[in-house]
Amino acid sequence: MTLLLGALTIGLILSLLAMGVMVSFRIFSVPDITTDGSITLGAAVAATLIVAGVPPSLATLAALAAGFLAGSVTGVIHTKFKIDALLSGILVMTALYSINLRVMGKSNVPLMSSGTLATEAGALGEKLLGSARVNVFGWPVAAADLSVLFGALACAVIGALAVYFFFRTEIGTAMRATGDNPQMVRAMGANVEVYRIFGLATANGLIALSGALLAQYQGFADAQMGIGMVVWGLASVIIGEALTGGTRSLGLTLTGAIFGSVLFRLLVAIALRWGLNPNDLKLITAIFVFAALVLPGLIGKLKRRTT
Amino acid sequence: MTAMLSLTNLRKTFNEGTVNEVRALQGIDLEVEEGAFVQLLGMNGSGKSTLLNAVAGSFYLDAGSIRLAGVDITRQPEHRRATLIGRVFQNPFSGTAPNLSIAENFALASRRGLGRGLGWALNRRLLDDLRARVATLRMGLEDRIDNAIGSLSGGQRQALTLLMATWLKPKLLLLDEHTAALDPKSADQVIQLTEEIVSREKLTTLMVTHSMQQAVNLGGRIVMLHKGQVAHDLRGADKRRLRPEDLVDRFHEIRARELLDERAAELLRASYL
Repeated sequence: MTLLLGALTIGLILSLLAMGVMVSFRIFSVPDITTDGSITLGAAVAATLIVAGVPPSLATLAALAAGFLAGSVTGVIHTKFKIDALLSGILVMTALYSINLRVMGKSNVPLMSSGTLATEAGALGEKLLGSARVNVFGWPVAAADLSVLFGALACAVIGALAVYFFFRTEIGTAMRATGDNPQMVRAMGANVEVYRIFGLATANGLIALSGALLAQYQGFADAQMGIGMVVWGLASVIIGEALTGGTRSLGLTLTGAIFGSVLFRLLVAIALRWGLNPNDLKLITAIFVFAALVLPGLIGKLKRRTT
Repeated sequence: MTAMLSLTNLRKTFNEGTVNEVRALQGIDLEVEEGAFVQLLGMNGSGKSTLLNAVAGSFYLDAGSIRLAGVDITRQPEHRRATLIGRVFQNPFSGTAPNLSIAENFALASRRGLGRGLGWALNRRLLDDLRARVATLRMGLEDRIDNAIGSLSGGQRQALTLLMATWLKPKLLLLDEHTAALDPKSADQVIQLTEEIVSREKLTTLMVTHSMQQAVNLGGRIVMLHKGQVAHDLRGADKRRLRPEDLVDRFHEIRARELLDERAAELLRASYL
């Protein structure tokens, strides 16, 4: 049960990562590798500030701002200096590796002895429920774990609502159109470059927020924690799209990203429980995303051949 | 009467100094009065689409200046010029964002050149307005404004693009062979709609076309381009008397003169070199 709760919580926290990847990959059609650096950046900034005594909520907001900044750097390199989007992301990701080490001062910052959003949520939960353990469908569960889960759920829902409403505004609608047809957006008098920069900034802000929450949940920030996270985010987005049937509706796509992230984390937890070597996890994630990208086209081809 | 659009000595060479050098515009001068509906004609490579893109700001000129509605827009980027200019492209896919709904596409059009904020893109007034105006297209699209625009046919998309380009009255409307990619029936529909909108709103319009028939039927002025220059400029009574055959003759005339030039040059080269 604890395992299940943990998987759900991490899935919900990483759904913010999935939403960020959705914004850059699906709305702007940019596979943005800055992700690997900015999720670590979010964790590093939040952990370092918390250890320094800054309230966890402020530290988390600072992490979001740092991710926003990292994304806008990628955006500026891509649009103003005309460097390929993929390469821009690689450049910023590489630079962020050093920056993250600078921010933390070492490769790992433990948060075990500090108050975090997770410990705050846990304490609040124990106070509200009045006991350290509660029964969920007959299973005894730590009240702290349960309230952290609800905290993560609240973060995911608030994040999704913010993204949803933002992309329904005048600016947000124009930004969605930018990924769709930049020529048309220019003809409608909007500055495509500024929208691209802002879109990548928003995406990485979400991703850094996800990193900040993850660090507080797992109790440490680590320089290596971002490796392969963009592929992880893609996997979540792709599962989400499969769940929602490839709809174009923004609300459903976002809901799909949340469910995709949680489901993917659950699948991984189950696989690890069954004895999957954790070292193989990234390989399997990559193969999964590759298959998900290639299979629909392949199946279509086979169908046409047989008819 | 002052001109709405003044083009002075426009020059543009692409890929200068390479084997692919194209001297697309070679000193174009053109004045267009307010409310004039001008047809641009010319053979492939005559520079008509390039001229339209130069006015729209798809690239910057090597030389020359563009004034529109009293503003020098020569150095303005494309999205700034969009404040004054409405455009419909040859490709029906170019003018709309396919994954956005019809309503959302029009929400974009309703803010052309006005700047965008954090207000809702869609509101009741816009939607009511939109249904009423889309109904005038008589395509039954007013009940489908929440559908993705990518699900519509080329003709429907082009009609909607035209409506979007003129949703806020532009100082200048640019139509770049906007019926060339459509089937004949849709093309007729869109042309009819073009005529309706342009004459109702008294829009200053530059339209590129391949069709002599369209050029003769529409508007009050025909400008023929050849090799990046204005070859003929017909208006008033000259334009009204014109038949498609006359236009074809003019083209033959240009071709003949050109061949003659080449042959004369050949002759001179043969006899003197």
